[in-house]
Amino acid sequence: MEERLQTVLAPYKGKRDMLIPILQQVQAALGYLPDDAMAEIARTTGLPESRVYAVASFYAQFRFTPRGKHTIMVCRGTACHVRGAEKILEETERTLGIVEGETTKDLEYTLETVACIGCCALAPCIMIDEDVEAKLTPKMVSEIITGRNTA
Amino acid sequence: MKKVTLTIDGLQLRADEGSTVLQAALANGLYIPNLCNHPDLVPAGLCRVCVVKVDDWKISISCKLPVKEGMVISTEDPEVQRIRKSTVELLVANHPMTCLTCSRDANCELQRVASYVGITQESLKRYRRSVRQLPIDSSNPFFDIDHSKCVLCGICVRTCDELQNINAIDYVRRGVHTTVGTLGNKPITQSCCESCGECVARCPVAALAPKESPISMREVKSVCTYCGVGCGILLGVRGEKVVGVRGDRDNPVNRGSLCVKGRYGFKFINHPDRLTTPLVRKDGVLVPASWDEALERVAANFSEHKGEQFAALASARITNEDNYLIQKFTRAVMQTNNIDHCARL
Amino acid sequence: MTFAEIQAQANLEWEALNNGGRPQITVGTATCGRSAGAMAVVKAFEEELQAKGIDAALVEVGCIGPCYAEPLVNIKKPGWATVSYRNVTAEMAREIVAAFLLGDDPLAKYALGVFGEGEIAGIPNILSTPAFKPQERRVFRNCGTIDPTNINHYIANDGYIGLNKALGMRQEEVVDVMKRSGLRGRGGGGFPAGRKWEAGLKAKGTQKYVVCNADEGDPGAFMDRAVIEGDPHSVLEGMIIAGYTIGADTGYIYVRAEYPLAIRRLERAIQQAHEFGFLGQNILGTNFSFEIRIFPGAGAFVCGESTALTLSIEGKRGMPRVAPRPRTTEVGLYDKPTLLNNVKTFSSAPMIITRGAEWFASVGTEKSTGTAIFALTGKVQNCGLIEVPMGITLRDIIYDIGGGIADGGQFKAVQTGGPSGGCLPESLLDTPIDYDSLDAAGSIMGSGGMVVMDEKTCMVDVARYFLDFTEIESCGQCVPCRLGTKQLLDILKDICSGRGKPEDMDLLYELSHSVHGGSVCGLGQTAANPVLTTLRYFRDEYEAHINDRCCPAKVCKSLISYVIDKEKCVGCTLCAKSCPVQAISGEKKKIHSIDQALCVQCGVCLEKCPKKFSAIACVSPKVKQEES
Repeated sequence: MEERLQTVLAPYKGKRDMLIPILQQVQAALGYLPDDAMAEIARTTGLPESRVYAVASFYAQFRFTPRGKHTIMVCRGTACHVRGAEKILEETERTLGIVEGETTKDLEYTLETVACIGCCALAPCIMIDEDVEAKLTPKMVSEIITGRNTA
Repeated sequence: MKKVTLTIDGLQLRADEGSTVLQAALANGLYIPNLCNHPDLVPAGLCRVCVVKVDDWKISISCKLPVKEGMVISTEDPEVQRIRKSTVELLVANHPMTCLTCSRDANCELQRVASYVGITQESLKRYRRSVRQLPIDSSNPFFDIDHSKCVLCGICVRTCDELQNINAIDYVRRGVHTTVGTLGNKPITQSCCESCGECVARCPVAALAPKESPISMREVKSVCTYCGVGCGILLGVRGEKVVGVRGDRDNPVNRGSLCVKGRYGFKFINHPDRLTTPLVRKDGVLVPASWDEALERVAANFSEHKGEQFAALASARITNEDNYLIQKFTRAVMQTNNIDHCARL
Repeated sequence: MTFAEIQAQANLEWEALNNGGRPQITVGTATCGRSAGAMAVVKAFEEELQAKGIDAALVEVGCIGPCYAEPLVNIKKPGWATVSYRNVTAEMAREIVAAFLLGDDPLAKYALGVFGEGEIAGIPNILSTPAFKPQERRVFRNCGTIDPTNINHYIANDGYIGLNKALGMRQEEVVDVMKRSGLRGRGGGGFPAGRKWEAGLKAKGTQKYVVCNADEGDPGAFMDRAVIEGDPHSVLEGMIIAGYTIGADTGYIYVRAEYPLAIRRLERAIQQAHEFGFLGQNILGTNFSFEIRIFPGAGAFVCGESTALTLSIEGKRGMPRVAPRPRTTEVGLYDKPTLLNNVKTFSSAPMIITRGAEWFASVGTEKSTGTAIFALTGKVQNCGLIEVPMGITLRDIIYDIGGGIADGGQFKAVQTGGPSGGCLPESLLDTPIDYDSLDAAGSIMGSGGMVVMDEKTCMVDVARYFLDFTEIESCGQCVPCRLGTKQLLDILKDICSGRGKPEDMDLLYELSHSVHGGSVCGLGQTAANPVLTTLRYFRDEYEAHINDRCCPAKVCKSLISYVIDKEKCVGCTLCAKSCPVQAISGEKKKIHSIDQALCVQCGVCLEKCPKKFSAIACVSPKVKQEES
């Protein structure tokens, strides 16, 4: 971790206003933001440690625990909501055996909800990594996930 | 300084140009309820309790509103009252109802605001109660952090930043999940906190509270003995014991601020091991003596030694003037440069 | 190269593509198209063209608008009108190549319509259909017709003319044109753009900034993404013009990190603009220099608020600055004068400069000129992005463009403005779309989300949904918003789960007004709008929930039961097999029954019960065990 972190941080010595891009890059490199990495960011930028965490914990994008290999994001946008996103989320939770915000024991999937992925016309939808699965029914959700696992 | 005239609730008053409406009111002895305001800090405008109506049309908070010539302020406008009441009711509905056992009872800004606004059991009953359930951080030897009582006024965060420049704490997360905390929400002792207690002293409620805080029966004005800065302190005394210390806001040296030693290191005063008389060695044993006896012994011995035979070790806990005298005495009278000071160790 | 030479070169390329005698296939591959499978369609066309040895141009374009028809493919064959195909799959692509490109059968069954010159029997002209006739494509002028990754396509379609023209004008003249156009901020607030630009110009300081707000966070809105993905240069050009006008040398685009494609398109467009001399030092040979940087937002709805957005760029928590405070045009990013506008506002600027203020104001209403863009979604037939002249009614949008309510449902409400907006009932369907009329009705224009709801939507649940959103997205700094949204949400949750009290409606009303009056920023001040409008227009639903423990729309789980009609059940066992919690018992060919104590109201049994039996019903209020 140390080496990857130093590579990311190298260009940012003393650059306090670059905190958010730095956090994004560190998360991209490490998968999440461990406490040690945030302390290192504080040392590099000259920001107080508390400030680094204050900013990181404000934004929804940042994670402080290890994540699964894949991320399933269930859209809770308005269009999805009126077209049954709640049931999609429940079915996803049931299929994976975890609830929103959790990661499966085998570190395969992390389940999250997102305010809107902007595919409202194809509601309800979920996003598995960068792929959008659209116009879903609860049945399709379990099929998609089980299908991926057996493939 | 240039003055402007404004009217608050029909009272005409003069205020310094550049001050805020809240400052003007408080300076003139008028109370506008407020929670996140502190005279030492830049106004934040977050609690929204200090709302007023300006010139009969606009609702504004008074803590950030600059005074203007001819301004007319109402603090009792029905709309102001409505907003203020809901805001305070929301705070109370999210606050533990443990006032009688709380260390800040009768000295609590939330209580003061709530009683001023006049919230009733009847009205409060309608609300859904929810009190933040987080473990109390008692890692610090001097104070505890109880998030359930925190009203998120931000005074502690701003104190640590604006006044102390330490930034041990900041806001963490957002929305209803916002708390004040350290990196990774670790115990405060694992941060760069220096335990100065400046935040504890300014907390309007008991979210930050000293571990022990008996109410004193009287206060004695004194000067802190820890170092040469000479901060003014008020010793809280109960019976014959010192039970607390607070900074003296009227003292020009520290204007109320204290460090961890001055604020929390007062237990030596009543400690049984503390020396209260000089000790003189007689037949190899140290025995209490009078000052006259001790000083005579010292003078007699000093006159037998000069130069390299002598060395003086001074203390950080006496005043700068006394330290100056010791080095002068050592160099001029004892004729040696063998002088040192414990703060150098 | 001079601008004229750049234009000539671009026109040549555009002409060759359009009238070069080759068929042209365009596929909409913006995010919406991709999620409907557009990339597989592109691949199918590629393979098929190669296999059959057909010389045709295959162009990927941005979002054309009708998302319900994605993936959307346009084919322009020399001598034919352009045919638009809907919901294209890889198999259809191969079929279309064989039938239309090799043969002469345009496959009318797959077509959405034709446009351009000429007619084809059996396929309607798109622009004459009710879904398109009322539309006026201005901000979307290039979306879906040009390749957004090719700057020459943009230039050949009047791109960068506005910039070239503006650079020859005095800054005050540009402000004057913007003011006369009547353009109002398209982010939702509706502040006159010209006046903002004027304030930016007049602000004192040598360092100024231009910031584009692309932090499109309203759930149900994706117009900004479509503009960036489909026509990124129009946004850049607007920002450069703005930079010249107010005297700024740097621009930032604050774009959601959840929009990876939009970010890639912007990066590419910025690079191309540099190559062509529209960005960088001495733009088009003038003394004006300008740079644009992209800032990927890290996920906070409140950063759509201008002061929170600028603080976020500075690397801080996105907590809006507290009023009274100076305007962003005076003290903004890094405390310098900053001009902050929405994507669509910037995208409108070039055409206003190019075609004039009068042309822009020729559509719309007196106080709201130009067009409005909406993401029309929810229970409507034709979901998608639409652009209409201001002043058109909600009814026209929903019933003509939207094609009415989906699945034969009944209209109940339309929600505009996202979490800051409100739900309007049938009686207000003739409200014209403009900033002031929507405001008067209790909603707002917002940045363009428009969600249609039918009788199966519970309005209390909708209010709860929006408060759930604002409670999560509240920055938490001020008490009314932090605790007020939570309190409102807790009350609404109670009402939805049958624990509502008669005095709750008054408390909701009282709190809503205090949260509105007491909050620091727009998020808090408007957070209660969904509650206030549903209370105002759908009070009966609140009463049913509270007094009768009944959810008329049968949405709120705690208030509904699924029951089996003993007369209709034939004992097919389908429901029992699909029940996830084994709450249904009954043997084959015997009447089944649902154990209400076990049932979790997932509704799978209702979905599974064959239509011909329709033996399962959802009822509210809840039934007791013995009745079921």
